[in-house]
Amino acid sequence: MGASQTRLEHNYDDLTEKSGFSHEQIKNLYQRFQQLSGNNEKISRDDLERIPALNNNPIRKQIITAFFDKRNQHQNDVGSLDEIGFEQFLMVMSHFRPVNSKATEEEKATVRKQKLRFLFNMHDTDNDGIITLDEYRTVVEELLSQSGAIETEVARAIADAAMLEVASTNVPHMAPDDFYEGITFEHFEQILKGIEMESRMHIRFLDKNAATMRCGKLSS
Amino acid sequence: MNLVFIRQAGTLLFICMILILLHGSRGEIPSKPIAATILPSVKPDGGVQAYPEDQKNNLPMFTMNYPRIQIPFEITLWVLLASFAKIGFHVYHKITIWVPESCLLISIGLIVGAIMHSVHEEPPAVLTSNVFFLYMLPLIVLESGYFMPTRPFFENVGTVLWFAVVGTLWNSIGIGISLFAICQIPAFGVQDINLQENLLFSAIISAVDPVAVLNVFEDVSVNEQLYIVVFGECLFNDAVTVVLYNMFSFVAEMPVVEPVDVFIGVARFFIVGLGGMAFGILFGFVAAFTTRFTSKVREIEPLFVFMYSYLAYLVAELFAISSIMAIITCALTMKYYVEENVSQRSCTTIRHVIKMLASISETLIFFFLGVVTITTDHEWNWGYILFTLLFAFVWRGLGILVLTQIINPFRTIPFNMKDQFGLAYGGLRGAVSFALAFTLPDTIGRKQLFVTATIAVILFTVFLQGISIRPLIEFINVRRTNRNLETINVEIHGRLMEHTIAGIEDLCGQWSRFYWKDKFMKFNNRILRKILIRDSRAESSIVALYKKLELQNAMEILDTASGDISAAPSIVSLYEEKKSSSKPQKKFLAADLKNMHDILSKNMYKIRERTVAYRGKHALPNDNHTREILIRRHVSIRRSLRPGSFQSSSYVPRTHKYFSLPAGKSLESTFPAARRSYADDHETLSEVAYPSQRSRFGKPARSSSSKAMIPLRRLGTLEEVPSTDVLNEDSSSTEQGVFRTNSSYSDSHVPRPRRLNSSFDNNNGSADDLRNVHEEPSSPPPGWAAEPRDNTARNPLLRRPQWTPKRK
Repeated sequence: MGASQTRLEHNYDDLTEKSGFSHEQIKNLYQRFQQLSGNNEKISRDDLERIPALNNNPIRKQIITAFFDKRNQHQNDVGSLDEIGFEQFLMVMSHFRPVNSKATEEEKATVRKQKLRFLFNMHDTDNDGIITLDEYRTVVEELLSQSGAIETEVARAIADAAMLEVASTNVPHMAPDDFYEGITFEHFEQILKGIEMESRMHIRFLDKNAATMRCGKLSS
Repeated sequence: MNLVFIRQAGTLLFICMILILLHGSRGEIPSKPIAATILPSVKPDGGVQAYPEDQKNNLPMFTMNYPRIQIPFEITLWVLLASFAKIGFHVYHKITIWVPESCLLISIGLIVGAIMHSVHEEPPAVLTSNVFFLYMLPLIVLESGYFMPTRPFFENVGTVLWFAVVGTLWNSIGIGISLFAICQIPAFGVQDINLQENLLFSAIISAVDPVAVLNVFEDVSVNEQLYIVVFGECLFNDAVTVVLYNMFSFVAEMPVVEPVDVFIGVARFFIVGLGGMAFGILFGFVAAFTTRFTSKVREIEPLFVFMYSYLAYLVAELFAISSIMAIITCALTMKYYVEENVSQRSCTTIRHVIKMLASISETLIFFFLGVVTITTDHEWNWGYILFTLLFAFVWRGLGILVLTQIINPFRTIPFNMKDQFGLAYGGLRGAVSFALAFTLPDTIGRKQLFVTATIAVILFTVFLQGISIRPLIEFINVRRTNRNLETINVEIHGRLMEHTIAGIEDLCGQWSRFYWKDKFMKFNNRILRKILIRDSRAESSIVALYKKLELQNAMEILDTASGDISAAPSIVSLYEEKKSSSKPQKKFLAADLKNMHDILSKNMYKIRERTVAYRGKHALPNDNHTREILIRRHVSIRRSLRPGSFQSSSYVPRTHKYFSLPAGKSLESTFPAARRSYADDHETLSEVAYPSQRSRFGKPARSSSSKAMIPLRRLGTLEEVPSTDVLNEDSSSTEQGVFRTNSSYSDSHVPRPRRLNSSFDNNNGSADDLRNVHEEPSSPPPGWAAEPRDNTARNPLLRRPQWTPKRK
């Protein structure tokens, strides 16, 4: 640990620049990273799947996959990794950084786009730039799987309806034999236009030690 | 013209009412006891004393026994008068956009008060401490508690409580102490007011009541955080204020205040608040549990809601803990469970009655405020009152500024300066302040001054701030949000994001509200729902929304349909003709009918929407109107959906994946038949087939198309066509009759602003071709040739392919 710690210190500025986290936050996340990986350099799928708190998350699979997706590394790379190092871990996390309140409109727009892209990638598993009906259905089914009582048929119906909704808002004039192949990223942006991403898609990363923050959390 | 007439009539009525009232109160008994007997149940008392003694000799032909009915009679008239006033404002509804309703009510009260004053009448002294605390306040509070938007509230609960509790304390103590300082200046001549009384007074005027502000906020749709903080603040600071009020009015009568008493006071403050909450939760759960068993006695279901919340209030009052907290938490707790247990009808009733009672109660208080302003003797002290105004304003502003600085680091979205301005400026004082001041015990030496000052503060804030807040909010351009974004995609992604965030937080090993929400939802689903809800299948909000949209869609179709029935019998005949020669009529349909329908349907909905839009706090939430319609249309939907009466999508192979539901099985099993329709307006009721008919599903027609590559346009047009004959064979003649009236107009749906539908006109040709392909393997044509109207009309998309062959 000692060795990697020093190496990390070295990289702090580098990492801060890349991910936008503060040193404190990086340190905290690094601690967590090591805890998850069992003090290894890399984290693997199994490590993440072992997290007990995630067990009840209906979209656990998508979340974990997102960490190993090269598209979420802010590089124009495609494909998936088997293991990720701390830097990659940090890059994925950086999607959830809160928007700086002093950011300009333009910056806000880019951040928003990034967050949307992250969501989009969660849907688009085969990375063809389109969320197909099947992909959409899978997600909806998983979302609804938690409540148990809902049959997959309903989930499908809902996914279908949602898809149709997207189609109708984005392609108003469709020829009879047109196919709506799926949701492109532009359409995706369009349908989520009204949602305030800033307030929803972010996490307050801890600056201080986790224990001291917790009381504050409760009151906010 | 018409408007003027209405207003004149209204004025006339109004004057009549006043005259009656004046006349009525002439014979009034000196008033204190009246107030105690405000409940109708005490009428018999009046009856006994009312019998005239001198006319025993013979049976009177005609008698009047006014004293017997006096109290309930006058109360009724007052309520009516206030309600008429409310109607009056909405005759010309632009007024209520610019001038808050409370201003208008007070103005009318002022006018009535002036009239009463000129004829030397005393206002009925109905508003005593007991009446207010036992009957009026719970109604107002119950309403706010019941209609509190739960999700945003719990997301901001910390901030809300922070502002409500600490903010109110800050205001009371700040204003109280600075007023006490003012009192030391001999020039104002108010040295006899001691610190306790000042504190009591400041507690009274720190109860904000921003109904008017909330209306404005809702109209300009400011961001959710701001809205909920103002909403929650007004709710909980009532509780805090009342606790403070009781405490201070107790302290004000003590000759000496020792430091110990202060500590006891603080401790008591918490006991009172938390105790109230505990009682509320307890009664809330009991209420929810009770409604689990009311399925056989639907007619008294709403009663449980009222009785339990009132019981919570009374019991809390009995133990002298915060009854407001009790009733709020009770309403919050039971709402979710009760609404799932009770029937739609009861649910509507509950909401309506709660709204109605609260609205009456508040209207009366404001109205009364106007009357009292004129009719009571005031003690006007320039210095004291002006400084009260100043301090109320300054401390509110300061409080928001300081408290926001403290809370901001803990908030996910900090309040910016504009939000803070909205918060500070939204601090109107209202009904509760007035009622508290008016019911001050007479032992307070300067009660009159306090009442006067309170009225001054209320009038100042309500009129000045209330009127100016809308332009100001619009001017400074506070962060806004569109809260009414209801599409399935948004709901799905909202959910997706929540889960993602929760998951990532778990990954980081951090907890926040999502963590607690997750935990609570699990607990709720596993335990609470099982105990409290009859049919305890957990329902995701996505499914709920889906059902809702679907329902709305059905409503729309049926509403437009029925709208047309009244509109023109000629359209019916039009339809008949169309059978024989379709082409010209179709033109007519496309253009004129579209217009007609647009106008009709818009008008029908506008009426509802408009009332909702500016009735503000006392308006029922939007989704209610669908429920209401549901009840009315219930029968007709069911009728039209009777299994076998028509069957449409039978031709779609099960394996085939369309955007629409291929065959309604999935919905079927989950949704009751009455709600069967499709969420997206493109498909109408007939899209959904019945499992009983599934055997007819024929050969997969287009197995070639890939799952994802789906001809969107096809779903409405062709697949349904073959089904027509099925219908005609199956349905009895009576059903067809029903159908015709009901459904032949549903094509009105075509012009509705769905873009896919509008594109429809363009693709008749291709649709035809396709249709022909499909037609052949299906059942023989005579079915729809004979009586095509019944089924086709159900679905606008269906209809067209049928005519087209004739056109050829």
